[in-house]
Amino acid sequence: MEFFLQLLVNGVCVGLLYGISAMGFVMIFKSSSVLNFAHGELLALGAFFFLTLVTWAKLPVFVAFALTLIGCFMLGFLIERFFLRPLIGEKLIFVIMLTVGLAAMFKGLILLIWGGNLYTYPDFLPQTMGLQFGAIYISPVYSATLIISVIFLVLFGLFFKKSAQGIYMRSVADNQKAALSLGVHVRRVFALSWAIAAMVASMSGIVLGIINGVNVHDLSSIGLKVFPVVILGGLDSIGGAIIGGIIIGLLETFTAGYLSTSLRDVVPYIVLVFILMVKPYGLFGLVEIERV
Amino acid sequence: MRKLSFHPCGNYRENYAQELNIFETDFGRVSLGIFLALLFGVAPFCLSPYMLYILNTIGIAAIAAIGLNILIGYTGQISLGHGAFFGVGAYAAAIMATRWGVGFYIAIPAAGIITALVGMIIGIPSGRLKGLYLTIATLAGQFIIEYVLIQWDSLTKGTMGITLPSPQIMHWQIAGDKAFFFLIFVSLVLMTWFAVNIIRSKYGRAFIAIRDNDRAAEGMGIPIFKYKLLSFGISSFYAGFAGALWAYYMVSITTEPFNLGLSVEYIAMVIIGGMGNIPGAIFGATFITLLNEFLRFFTGVLMNVPAIASWGLNMAPLREFVFGLAIVLFILIEPKGLAEIWRIIRSSFRLWPFSY
Repeated sequence: MEFFLQLLVNGVCVGLLYGISAMGFVMIFKSSSVLNFAHGELLALGAFFFLTLVTWAKLPVFVAFALTLIGCFMLGFLIERFFLRPLIGEKLIFVIMLTVGLAAMFKGLILLIWGGNLYTYPDFLPQTMGLQFGAIYISPVYSATLIISVIFLVLFGLFFKKSAQGIYMRSVADNQKAALSLGVHVRRVFALSWAIAAMVASMSGIVLGIINGVNVHDLSSIGLKVFPVVILGGLDSIGGAIIGGIIIGLLETFTAGYLSTSLRDVVPYIVLVFILMVKPYGLFGLVEIERV
Repeated sequence: MRKLSFHPCGNYRENYAQELNIFETDFGRVSLGIFLALLFGVAPFCLSPYMLYILNTIGIAAIAAIGLNILIGYTGQISLGHGAFFGVGAYAAAIMATRWGVGFYIAIPAAGIITALVGMIIGIPSGRLKGLYLTIATLAGQFIIEYVLIQWDSLTKGTMGITLPSPQIMHWQIAGDKAFFFLIFVSLVLMTWFAVNIIRSKYGRAFIAIRDNDRAAEGMGIPIFKYKLLSFGISSFYAGFAGALWAYYMVSITTEPFNLGLSVEYIAMVIIGGMGNIPGAIFGATFITLLNEFLRFFTGVLMNVPAIASWGLNMAPLREFVFGLAIVLFILIEPKGLAEIWRIIRSSFRLWPFSY
């Protein structure tokens, strides 16, 4: 029973991480229908910026955190301006392959600059944030993750429901031409959504880095694990991303705990195929009905 | 002998047979003949083994790229699982050759057929999904196949790898780069011939109709699920065939190379070569293979430059960076790929002093 509970808690924690990593991904898909294969590399870039600012420039944690977010905001903006904008209206495969190419470029760049080693951040979270329930212990990082993910979830919910920009984004996602004709600045919406997505990605990258250490290969493989998560939750639902993340996280830890550890990394993809066959738009995704 | 035909100065086609001609003029036919004669008659006898090795790698990659082009370029279904299909072909051939002692002339096509079946299974989701969702489903297929290859120890010997016997016909052993050159390039020519002709047939037209508008295709009475599966099957047959050739050529295989990176590399070949263009796939395979070889050479040189080595910089990731950059630049600058560049060059010669 205790083993089960510990697995449950671990699964939820890991799942929350997946959910947080998936949020930026969903942002981009929601506004521009682009499947971002470079998401893992964006996570890694954020984590490495933060690492450099904290360990090399020796800035205080909060300053470094803010600077990283701003830097990645600019980066997302530039990526959209230089790489994605020329492709507006192009075929799907070009957009997909462009992000694949970007992923290879960023990964190469990160490896060139920082190398493939595992780095760790200095410890800066207060120990008092750790929670103890009987035999089950939740480390400070996970409780911080929980807090961050709830904050971002609420923020994004409000952003998309209430703010003008958020409503523009939803309108662009729903129907680009209609949005254009009603006077929405579609290009600005794309630029902004990439910028915000890169910012969110860097934030998730930092959280992941605190827990697992910073390593390009690990972080970019999480970028691929985002796919089952978002498909399960629904490609255009941010809340769905969190719930999908938790389900996938639970699945992974339970398979690792009760079946075999090697199966752990494949289970999400097996589930992915099933979901795609049964409910392709996921749990909370917008269903587009089309019969062929 | 009939008169040699040259490019007319307008579109004078009168029937569908002329529209379907592979060679517009006799000039194309003759130049292809000369090219093939040079390829088979001269290249293997005067190139160094290293050059032959590169040519052979290009040939194998080209077979797989042609197959993927049928799926992506003609049918419009994006597969991220071709690296794994290539691996399935390699393992199928290796297992048949070592377990049952099957000759290579059976093992290679049989490996292709097994891979075609696997590809069709991975293609089943295409009945309900398209576009992004199908791409993600094939991505899942890639990971699942990779997992099976690694974990099914009793069959694939896991990470240990399998060593293949060298292929043998009668008493003649095929070993060394020169012998393989003939095996690989004869296969490539046959596979290219098959691909070019299938595109001209009823099946090819159905594929193109599905790519251009699947709803309209269904309306015209094309059973799209059947044709999508068929396209997956043909395409993975090519991948499996190439994988089997590769397994024989490399002698020993492990599960390592058949990862997502390989799938991406094949898609890059198709895009850089030109989607919906069979010669384009060969151009793309040539470009990517040469780029890989060049970057390997170049990073090797850089590593030995004392100034750079003393910085403690590892230049190996440069390869990945340049590879990504090549994909990005091609998509942004010439999305129709090398085939389009080739067409522009040719037509500028053809039209030369009066280019409009």
